[in-house]
Amino acid sequence: MLPELGEDQLRELFQTMLVMRRFEEALITLAGEFDVGHFHVYIGQEATGAPALGLLEDGDFGFTTHRNHGHLLARGVDPARMMAEILGRETGTNQGKGGTLHLSSLEHGFPVTSAATGGCIPLATGAAFGFSKLGNRRVSVCLMGDGSLEEGAWHESVNIAALEKLPIIYLCENNSLEALGQRANEYPSSSMAASPLTGLAAVFGMPAVAIDGFDAGEVHDTMNIAIARARAGDGPTFIEARTVRWPGSRPLWPQLLTGELDLTIAWDETALPDEHVEWHRSQDGILRFTRELIEAGNLTPEQALEIDAGVKAQMKEAVQFALDSPYPPPEAALDHVYA
Amino acid sequence: MPELRYIDAIRRALQEEMENDESIVILGEDVTLGGPFGATTGLADKFGVTRVRNTPISEGAVMGMAVGASLVGLRPIVEIMFVDFITLAMDQLVNHAAKLHYMSGGQLRVPLTVRVQGGISGGYGAHHSQSLEAWFLHVPGLKVVAPATASDAAGLLKSAIRDDNPVLFLEHRALYWTGGEVGEVIEPIIFGRAAIRRAGTDATVVAVSRMVPAALEAAERLEESGTSIEVIDPRTLAPLDLDTILESVRRTGRLVVAHEAVTVGGIGGEIAAQVQEVAFADLTGPVLRVGAPFAPVASSPVLEKLFAPGVDAIVDAVQRSLAFSRDGAPA
Repeated sequence: MLPELGEDQLRELFQTMLVMRRFEEALITLAGEFDVGHFHVYIGQEATGAPALGLLEDGDFGFTTHRNHGHLLARGVDPARMMAEILGRETGTNQGKGGTLHLSSLEHGFPVTSAATGGCIPLATGAAFGFSKLGNRRVSVCLMGDGSLEEGAWHESVNIAALEKLPIIYLCENNSLEALGQRANEYPSSSMAASPLTGLAAVFGMPAVAIDGFDAGEVHDTMNIAIARARAGDGPTFIEARTVRWPGSRPLWPQLLTGELDLTIAWDETALPDEHVEWHRSQDGILRFTRELIEAGNLTPEQALEIDAGVKAQMKEAVQFALDSPYPPPEAALDHVYA
Repeated sequence: MPELRYIDAIRRALQEEMENDESIVILGEDVTLGGPFGATTGLADKFGVTRVRNTPISEGAVMGMAVGASLVGLRPIVEIMFVDFITLAMDQLVNHAAKLHYMSGGQLRVPLTVRVQGGISGGYGAHHSQSLEAWFLHVPGLKVVAPATASDAAGLLKSAIRDDNPVLFLEHRALYWTGGEVGEVIEPIIFGRAAIRRAGTDATVVAVSRMVPAALEAAERLEESGTSIEVIDPRTLAPLDLDTILESVRRTGRLVVAHEAVTVGGIGGEIAAQVQEVAFADLTGPVLRVGAPFAPVASSPVLEKLFAPGVDAIVDAVQRSLAFSRDGAPA
C-alpha cells in the first residue's frame, strides 16, 4: 500500500528510492572497471529505508551497519561525496578515512557506520540516552541487520533502552526471508534459533512488530507510530522489516544479476525478463512502489522515466566527480588520530 | 596543604567537574552506591540519579552507550568496576571510541573518560588483579593515564574529563587509601608531562602507578649504599613524555622501567625500545625491566606476593644495571 502522503512527497520518495538503486548500480558497474575494493549494496531494501528515514527530522540520528549506502542517501547525503569516499578520495564524506564501511555525515544525522556486526547498537542506544538526558525530543534510529541480533551487544542494549525508556527505534532489516533455514521453516534468520525475532525485543516489554519490508506504506505507518512513541518519551520500539536478499548480493562480490532496474516492467508485463521472475514480479520494492503509484494516479510512466533519467544523470556526475577527485595527501594519514 | 586520600581526591575531582559542567554524567555498576570502593560515594545524592546512573551488568553496551551519548553532547564518565572486565567492552572502546574521530575525517569527537581500577592487592585472584595498560597504548586514538599520587589523581582526572578524546584513567586499588597533599584548588594537569619524583645521578628508574612509591623507597635504600637514582613518574602513558626520560638517561646512562603488569609485552619494553632508538650511545648498559612474572595472578597471599614487584625487585634491577659497563669490565 502507499504511505498516506501528498503526491509531491510520494514522488520524492520514489526519487529517493531510485537514488538508492542507481547509486548501487553505478558503483557495481564502476567496480567492473576500477578496483573499488569490497562493498555491500542496499539493493532490495529501498522500500524500507526510504520511507522509514524520510520520517526523521533535523537533529535526529541514525546509526547504521555495513549495508549502509541507501541509509545515508535517504537522508540527503550527496551521492558524489559518498562515491568519492568509497573510492578513497579527499573529497569524500570522511576525507577518505572511512570508506564504504565507515561512511558518516554528522550534518545529516548519520555519525557512524560500524563495520563490527552489532557495533552500532550500543552507540545508537547511547545517542538516545543522550537525547533523553538533554530532553530535546530527538530520536535515534538503529539500523541493523538480522545478524546483529546474534551479538551480545543487542541483548545488553535493548535491556537498557527498555529500562530507561529511551527514544530509539531498532529497525532490523531482515533480508533473509529466502535463507535456507527460513525456507525449511526452522529459523527466521540466517543463524538464530529464536523465533519469532520480535520475541527478542517483546520480552523487554516494548512494541515489537514484524512488517513487510517491500511495502513502503506499512513501513511508513509503523515507523511513524514508533517515532511518535519515542518523541513522547514512551520508550523504544523494535521493527523487523522482512525482505529478501537481492540475488546480486549473494555472490561474494555484488553483481548485477537481475540487470539494471527496468522501470517499464512496472507497467508492461511483456518487459518481464525470463530470469529472476519472482524478484521482478513481487520482491523488488521499487517496482512494487512504482506500480502502486501508477495505479493510484500519482505518477505516469512518462513521469517515472523522467525522474529516473534525472537520477541516472546525477549518478553519472557522482561517479565522474569521484574519479576526478584527488586522493588525500600522504600526510593526511596522521591527521585526526586525536581531536 | 591539606592531605587527601587518593580515592577522596578522585571523588573531589569528579564532584568539582560535575558542578562546573552539566553535560557530565557518570555511568556504571552500583555507582549510586559509591562503586566497589567508594570513589563515587555521595555523588548521586548531590547530582541526582539522572547524572549518576546505575547500569545493568553490561560493560559492552554501557561503553558503547557512553560513546553514543558523547556524540550528542554529553561528557560521560564510565566506571568499569575492575579493569579486568574491560575485556567485555573492548569492541566499543577500541573499535569505536578510539577510531570515530579518525574514521569520520574529524567530524566526530568522543569526550569520554573511562575510570577503572586494577592492580594486585587483597588476594582477589586472576580476574581482579591485572594491569592491562599496555593493551591500550597499542591503540591509536586512546589516551592512557596512570596516576601515582592523590594530587595527580585529582589533577589528571580533571584533564581527562575535559579532554575531547577517549581517556582511559587507570586507578590503582592499593593506592586508594594512601594519602597525599592536594591543593585547595585542584588544577588540571597537562597530559604528556612526566614528574621527576626524586633527582639522582647514577641510574634512572621510570616507575608506573604503584611502582612510584616502591621506587622512592628503593631510592632511599640505595642511597644508604651510596647509589643515587632518579625516579620518573610518567603520569600519562599515552601521550608519553619521552623527552624527560631521555634527558635523564643521557645524564645517568642507565635505565630501569618498573611496572606491575606482566613484563612480557608491557610498557617497559616499549620505553626501552624508544629510548635505545634515539639514545643508544648514551646508554652504559641494557635497559632493564621490572614487572610481574608471566602467569595469571594467584589468589593465595603467599603466591600473590610473588606477582607484585616491589622495592626489592627495583633495588635488584638497579644494582644489575650498575654492574654493566660498556667495555665489559665490572663498573
